[in-house]
Formats: sequence, C-alpha cells, structure tokens
Amino acid sequence: MNKRVLAGYTVLLLIACALPFVVSEYRTFQFTLVLIYSIALLGLNILTGFNGQISLGHGAFYAIGAYCAAILMDKAGIPYWATIPAAGAVCLVAGFLFGLPALRLEGLYLALATFALGVSLPQLLKYHHLEEWTGGVQGIVITKPDAPEFLTGLGVALNQDQWLYFFTLAVTIVMFLLAWNLLRGRIGRAMMAIRDNHVAAEAMGVDNSMVKSLTFGVSAMFTGIAGALGAIAVQFVAPDSFNIFLSITFLIGIVIGGLSSISGALYGALFIQFVPNIADEISKAAPWAIFGLFLLGFIYLMPMGVAGAIRMGLARLTRKVHNKQAEKP
Amino acid sequence: MDALLHQVLAGLATGGIYASVALALVMIYQATHHVNFAQGELAMFSTYIAWSLINAGMPYWAAFFLTVAFSFVLGVVIERVVIRPVENSPVLSVVVVFIALLVILNSVTGWIYTFTIKTFPSPFPEQPLFGNKYMSSHEIGAICITMVVLLLLYGFFRFTPLGLAMRAAAQNPESSRLVGIRVGWILALGWGLAAAIGAVAGMMVAPIVFLDPNMMGGVLLYAFAAALVGGIDSPGGAVFGGFLVGVLENVLGAFVIGNELKLAVALVLIIGVLTVRPSGFFGKVHVTRV
Repeated sequence: MNKRVLAGYTVLLLIACALPFVVSEYRTFQFTLVLIYSIALLGLNILTGFNGQISLGHGAFYAIGAYCAAILMDKAGIPYWATIPAAGAVCLVAGFLFGLPALRLEGLYLALATFALGVSLPQLLKYHHLEEWTGGVQGIVITKPDAPEFLTGLGVALNQDQWLYFFTLAVTIVMFLLAWNLLRGRIGRAMMAIRDNHVAAEAMGVDNSMVKSLTFGVSAMFTGIAGALGAIAVQFVAPDSFNIFLSITFLIGIVIGGLSSISGALYGALFIQFVPNIADEISKAAPWAIFGLFLLGFIYLMPMGVAGAIRMGLARLTRKVHNKQAEKP
Repeated sequence: MDALLHQVLAGLATGGIYASVALALVMIYQATHHVNFAQGELAMFSTYIAWSLINAGMPYWAAFFLTVAFSFVLGVVIERVVIRPVENSPVLSVVVVFIALLVILNSVTGWIYTFTIKTFPSPFPEQPLFGNKYMSSHEIGAICITMVVLLLLYGFFRFTPLGLAMRAAAQNPESSRLVGIRVGWILALGWGLAAAIGAVAGMMVAPIVFLDPNMMGGVLLYAFAAALVGGIDSPGGAVFGGFLVGVLENVLGAFVIGNELKLAVALVLIIGVLTVRPSGFFGKVHVTRV
C-alpha cells in the first residue's frame, strides 16, 4: 500500500513537472495560481479544519504577505526569492498576535471578529500615512522575475511563466511537507484534540492557549507565503484586490476541497481557480452565484468535501478488492 | 462646537440605521443563537425590490409596505428551506451557510439589476424640517422610523400572545414545545421579522449611500459592532449601541482618525468588546459549566 501511495505521488509530481511544457503560457500562469491558492487554503485549513477556529478574514494575512513581498522588492530592492521567508515570518508574528485576543473568542464570535478584519482591511491598506510604503489606492507594481542564469547555462531555456511555475511548485512541495509533518506529530494531535474537546485536551496536559495562538500564527504564515507568491505572480498589489470576497473565496476553497484534509487544499484551489473561468461565460455575476450554490450543496450533501468523497470512494473500492480476495480461497 | 454638534447629529441619523440592522441581528440571535452574516445582503435585496416597485410607478409608501411584507415572506422561506436543515449542525456549517446566502444574494442582485449605482428616493421633503441647519429631513425621518419600529417591536413582544410565545421559544424551546408552541414556525417568524426590519433599514440607508449590491458591507459591520456593544441578546441594547456607534464613527472620523479609517472603528469596537466584555452593556452574562 505504501509503495502504491509513493508511486501515486511520483506520477503526480511528474505530471506537475510536465505541465508547463504542454499547456500554453496563460494556462501555466493559471496553474501557478492554483499552487499559490493551495498553500493559502492549506493555511486556512490548518486553522479551521484541524484546529476548529473559524476565520472569515484570512484574506488579510494573504494581503500582508503580498504587501511584504511587494514593499521589500520595490523599496528595498531585495530579490524575489528572499521575500518569501520574510513574508512568512511577518505573517507568523501577525497571526500569533491576532490569535491572542482570538483565544477569548469561540466559534461564532471568532467568525465575527475575523469577518470584521476582512471587511476593514482594504481601508487600512489605503490609509494615507502608510501611502509612502503601500502606494495607497494605486498599489505597487513589481517586475516578474527571470529564470536564473545557471539554468540557461545548463541548456534549459525557461520563459518567465515557466520559471515562476517551477519556483512556486518547489515552495508548494516544501509547504505541504511541512504541514504534513506538523499535523501528524504531537502538535497536530494537540490541535485536533482541542478542536474535538478542548476541556479534555486541557486535562490531558495540552496547553490550549499556546497551541491555539501558535496555530493561528502558523496558519497565517502559510497564507502569507501564498500572498507573497501571489504578488510576484500577478506583479501587482492593490488594496481592493484584498476585499472580503477574497477571504470568502478561501473559505469556499476549504469547504469544497475538504475540511481537515491536506490534499483537499489542492482540490479547493483547482475549484476556485477554474470554476469562475467557466462560469464567467454565463454572466459576470454567475461565478459567485455558483460558488454559493456549491457551498450550500456541499454542506448539505458532502460535508467532507471532495477529499472526503475521494477517500470514501477509494475505501469502498479497496474494500471490494479485499472482499474478493477473501472469497477466493 | 457647531461642527461637533453637526457630527453628533449626523451620527445619530446613521446610528438609527445601524440600530435597525443590529435589531434584526439580535432578533435572529435571540431565537436561534446564530449571527446572520447575510442580514446586510438580505436588506439590500429588499431595497432593490422597493426600487423596482417605485420605478414601476407605485407610490412610495405603498412600495414601502409591500416590500416589508415581501421581505417578511422571504425571511420565513429562507429559514424553512435553507437554515432548517443545518439548525443543529456545528457552528462552522451554519457560518458557511450564511456566507453562501450572502454571496448568492449579492450575485443574484448583481445579475438582475447590474452593478451600476442607482439613486433611491427619500419619502421626506428636501428642505430641512423647521428650518434647522443641522439635520436634513431624511435624517430626522430615519431616526423617527427606527423609533417607531422599536416601539412596535416592544409592543409586539410585551403585549401580544404571539410575542410571548416567541420569547418563550427563545428562552426554553423544549418546555415551549410541551405547552403547545410550534417552535419551528416561531423561529421562521423570527427570521421573517428580522428580514422585514432589515428591509426598513435598507430603504432608509439607500438614499444616503446610493443603491448598489455592495452597499450594506460597511453598514453590516457597524451593525455587528452595535449589537455587540449593546449586548447581542438585548434589543434595547442594540438600539442604544446603534446610536452610540453611529455617533462614535462620525465624531472619530471627523476629528480624530480621518474618514479613511472609519471601518477600523468598527473592527476595534468588535474585537475590544468581545475580548473585554463579551456580554456588552446590556447583555446577559453567560456562565458555562465545564
């Protein structure tokens, strides 16, 4: 079984590597965005899916990451790859600090507080005393990075979009490995214990407040790194692209992809990237109507999301195989 | 001094609208212990209905009452069809359903009426009342209507059997069911009332902020702040909170932090109240047993 899973991941990786050579430049860019969204969704899923803290304002951390990258590149002239860890660190601290008052808020009230953060964020970014840094309403334009020279020396000619795709792919793999490692270990179990029964978790010696605010920090870090990558990919940050609907998009992504599932982040990212493209052909307002209907449908019919459905389907298939094997002798 | 007075009075006028939306939020919270994230969009949708009716040549007040009635029915239908299946689900599912409602209402309105900004008429005369120079007659009218709505609600809850049944159902659903109150329908009624109050608020705010599908975003946030300041389970507190938030927003916006950061006032209020005094000024303090 383990070999089969490993083989599955290798095939997935090979497909991911072959993708930018097969599809058009624009599609490559879209798949880069899918990878970026998947990191952001993974961050939100760590908080909401695994730790049970609802956030309706994760767009805020995406925005902080994006602005970090843009300001560092534009004002300080720092190379694009170095902005990623910087954005991650800033968001880790910001998330941890927001997580402290959030400790006192449960369920609904945390949703309210984060909703307020998400709604008021564009206004904060437009604040005129910060304009020197954030560029105010106009935002900041940054240049797209070229593929590094040693690659051309090796005889691999990548255009900007392809290079950015591979760079993002590398970061994505690292982030997914990090999340997988974190969640299957002691801290991950503590997170889930708090989600399921915080009193019992406390009684078992889990430091509830520390784990909860750290989870907030780590979650914000993931989303912030995604934001930094997103800023580099679209070469532009502006306050109005980080409105409440961005946060809602992330929520939709994790619900559709599958709550408390690592692979769900990828399905959710594919959904929020490609479904609006298809729906746009019907009407300008259609994507959101379809998002809403999907959201209702998933909550009523498939609360574990796509990842849960796939898991169940696989379990059913393998059980059949097992049964047949058992019948044979 | 004159400027301050002007800002305070303007704040009271917008505060009346926040108070109405906060009242709608409290209605639903009291009945179901849910916070309705779609309340603003529901009010916005109702206002568009009123706009269509008025544009079709109906007199203002006829359109007003027809819209209120329609919103009431809409609220009841939404509760019965959309909210009921998740009534006892975890908080996350409920929040997600509300968010789904929010985006559906927002996009369907955009689909039907396009996203271009429209003007909405005010029922009140253009000249200020009694020749005062502080408040427009629409502002005074909006405050009066809020007060009328509040009095009607108070009378309904205090003096009618149905109001008593609603209070009972909110306080103790099991016992109410045993004495013959149909709790499910009472919840739907609560939703209907909330939608109707929201519609009034929407029609009062639309002449000020103009009609567009995203007009209620800020209003909803202030209403959340108002409901929390007053205590999320106290209707009177919600009205007090609404006026307080309206005045605070205007005065702070004009003199202290500038108009650009007005929404941050709501953010700080929400987080501040929730962390320091979650029951607000007039709410009940809830003690849970571990």
